[in-house]
Amino acid sequence: MSDAHDERGERASAAEPPASVTRRTVVGATVGLFGAGYTGAIGYPIYCYLNTPVARAEEAAKVTQVSPAGGRQLPPGAGMGFMFGTRPAVLIHHPDGTWSAFDAICTHLGCTVKYEPDKDRIFCACHLGTYNARTGEPTSGPPPRALTQYHVEVKDDEVIVSRS
Amino acid sequence: MTRSSSPAVERSWRSRLWDFCDERLGLAELLELSRHKMVPQHAHSFWYYLGGISLFFFAIQVLTGMLLLVYFQPGPSAYESVRRITYDIDFGWLIRSAHSWSANLMVLALLAHMFSVALMKAYRKPREFGWWTGLGLLGLTMTFGFSGYLLPMDELAFFATKVGLEIPASVPLVGPLLAGLIRGGPNVDANTIQRFFTLHVVVLPVLFVLGLTLHLYLVQRHGNAVPPGEEAKPDSTRRYIKFFPDFFVKDLAMWLIALNLLGLLVCLFPWQLGTQADPAAAAPDGVHPEWYFMAPFQLLKVLGSWLPGAVGELAGMLIFAVGGIVWGILPLIDRSSDHPRAARFGTWFTWGTIAFVAGLTAWGYLAL
Repeated sequence: MSDAHDERGERASAAEPPASVTRRTVVGATVGLFGAGYTGAIGYPIYCYLNTPVARAEEAAKVTQVSPAGGRQLPPGAGMGFMFGTRPAVLIHHPDGTWSAFDAICTHLGCTVKYEPDKDRIFCACHLGTYNARTGEPTSGPPPRALTQYHVEVKDDEVIVSRS
Repeated sequence: MTRSSSPAVERSWRSRLWDFCDERLGLAELLELSRHKMVPQHAHSFWYYLGGISLFFFAIQVLTGMLLLVYFQPGPSAYESVRRITYDIDFGWLIRSAHSWSANLMVLALLAHMFSVALMKAYRKPREFGWWTGLGLLGLTMTFGFSGYLLPMDELAFFATKVGLEIPASVPLVGPLLAGLIRGGPNVDANTIQRFFTLHVVVLPVLFVLGLTLHLYLVQRHGNAVPPGEEAKPDSTRRYIKFFPDFFVKDLAMWLIALNLLGLLVCLFPWQLGTQADPAAAAPDGVHPEWYFMAPFQLLKVLGSWLPGAVGELAGMLIFAVGGIVWGILPLIDRSSDHPRAARFGTWFTWGTIAFVAGLTAWGYLAL
């Protein structure tokens, strides 16, 4: 097709002075515009369709506070995992009776960390990174940053963890 | 496109890219081949587009089918997963609706393609294998339709499959064994869904693509057949257009029309989901199969009321089996215009088949 158009286009430009907007440009632009319209009309629903779980997870991740089930029953010197929205988190009841909670995704490569009561530290088994169990600061191994710390409020029958 | 630039001029990246690919893939040869390919132009040329339109709907099926696979779960959670696709996932209704509508339009286009091919007598030598591969593809498409219809596992799907499988079950001797194997047990249940799912997304697509490849190869090899009336004209009065780009662009335009029609149907009449199938519940009133199975359904219903029990069913199957065999060997019966009796038989048998199938289908809907 392009060759036939080329010939016509060349002939036209030989006979007339070159116009700023040729018939060819208009046709090309129209086809392009319609093409973009169709691509959008087909592509956008497909994107939304595939992205639905991501979008829903983002909504679920908007939680600001969580009451981990069984959190209040956690004995001193123990830790437990729970979900803070869509992210794993760790609740720690220190031997001295104080509480801490952190985001449990290792800042190195995304493994889930755990509390080690005997060493009173947070440990990531994937690359042997460790964190301070009270501040979340990295203490050894590859983790580049501290774990995000949550605010812990202890009530009579539950523990409320919230973004601090 | 094969413009060679003079050595003095710096060659553009496009021409260098073209040369790179051409030297390795032989693109210029293909292009040359497509330039020589001609399509006859006459009063019945419109029917040449139907194969391409069927192919377009098949492409839509592949795309939307892959998208549905992202969320569909075969087995016991089939209904729930389709409910989620239809009413929960963003634009899920659109994807599912497009898949269902495009399936129906594909069957419609294929039937129109087949009957127009038959009336143009395009099954004659050397195109017999084109006819047979085409019939095979139609059979596969109907099996696609039948197996896909069960997958949502709603009430209609359940009974349509239950009734449909009574047909193989009524085959003498091996029938019950066969039906049991297809169902995966005595009842239509999660096992059946799993089997139909395997058939629908693995077995049938592989067979279809093989058949389609052969079919398209044959179309390319023998070119478009012209109807006998056109064939009788002297060569000088017959007109042709180039396949590329002239016919190809028209093909694209047809696809655009097909896409727009599909979009309209999908948005105006989105496919719904019935209540979940309950194996203990009675069949709902007016239950019937998809329109393309209406003709055999109605024939069995009618014969069943005329002839008692299994005899009616066997008679119905016999009619369809004999009709189907004659339909299949039509290219061997009606071989050329030199045999006017056979040619007339071909024409009348085709019109008879169209009338028989259309009549039974209409009757089926009126009798609901």
